[in-house]
Amino acid sequence: MIRAGDTNVGSRDCFYSMNSVGEACTELKREYDTCFNRWFAEKFLKGDRSGDPCTESFRKYQRCVQAAIKEKEIPIDGVDFMGPNKDKPES
Amino acid sequence: MVKYFCSSTDIRSTWDHVVSAFWQRYPNPFSTHVLTEDVVYREVTADHRLLSRRLLMKTNRLPRWAERLFPSGMSRSVYIIEDSIVDPVNKSLTTYTWNLNHTTLMSVEERCVFQGSVEHPATTQLKREAWISSSIYGFSKPIQEFGLARFKSNQVKAMKGLEYALSNLQGMYTSCVFQLKQGREQEEKQRKTKQLIFNCCHFWKGGKLKQEMELSFCPRNTGLLS
Repeated sequence: MIRAGDTNVGSRDCFYSMNSVGEACTELKREYDTCFNRWFAEKFLKGDRSGDPCTESFRKYQRCVQAAIKEKEIPIDGVDFMGPNKDKPES
Repeated sequence: MVKYFCSSTDIRSTWDHVVSAFWQRYPNPFSTHVLTEDVVYREVTADHRLLSRRLLMKTNRLPRWAERLFPSGMSRSVYIIEDSIVDPVNKSLTTYTWNLNHTTLMSVEERCVFQGSVEHPATTQLKREAWISSSIYGFSKPIQEFGLARFKSNQVKAMKGLEYALSNLQGMYTSCVFQLKQGREQEEKQRKTKQLIFNCCHFWKGGKLKQEMELSFCPRNTGLLS
């Protein structure tokens, strides 16, 4: 993180990002998010289906965060995708 | 008893920008109540839609009268799931958000549809709907009213947060230095003293995001940080 008064700012120092729910996972999350945001804007939105460069960073990040979720007993298991939306009328 | 809330608004940005900003809207100066954010599932379908699930942890700010009703050991954190589908062919982003815990106290579900338009490519239409309910016997009406008031206030913050992320993407330079402190023990103090400091470093690039640069790139030795 940059502090007031710093003048020597490198390309990786300027970063504002959220913490992960698993404290140890924040750096892995950051790496994955950087990869994803670039792929999303440059490939996915342009219809380029040439493959996902973020598979490895995603795998590492998920291994960490899923363990944190289990450890904190966050009740996310078995929750259907868009679960409650199924009961709602079409907008 | 469920309170239903619905609104529609136009965002003055292209759909592509809105969707990119959607992934990068945290942290922002209006989201100090959001403590953590994680992607916990992601998949590109055969028909090129992106399915994602994000897990957010937020502080649970209750008015004093409601706090007294509940044991002091009750968790101050609310876990929220945000599921989303990005369809780049039809230029639509649909999101569904709901809280995993504290559901007896209050359940808030929100559905948003961000729709791009071929006729008006510089604009994105946002339609939001919310369903708010409480199961607490005898208190559900005031809790629902509170929930609705807080939901509306959060909507305003969410829009400001998204606009903030959009202006970042468009490369606005600001010579401000703030530092965001996210200590969980500090959350109570933070809210009261509004101690919001952000690290931000953006740069102006003629209004167009340079594709080859990482969004987090920061110029060296600019001497512009003060």
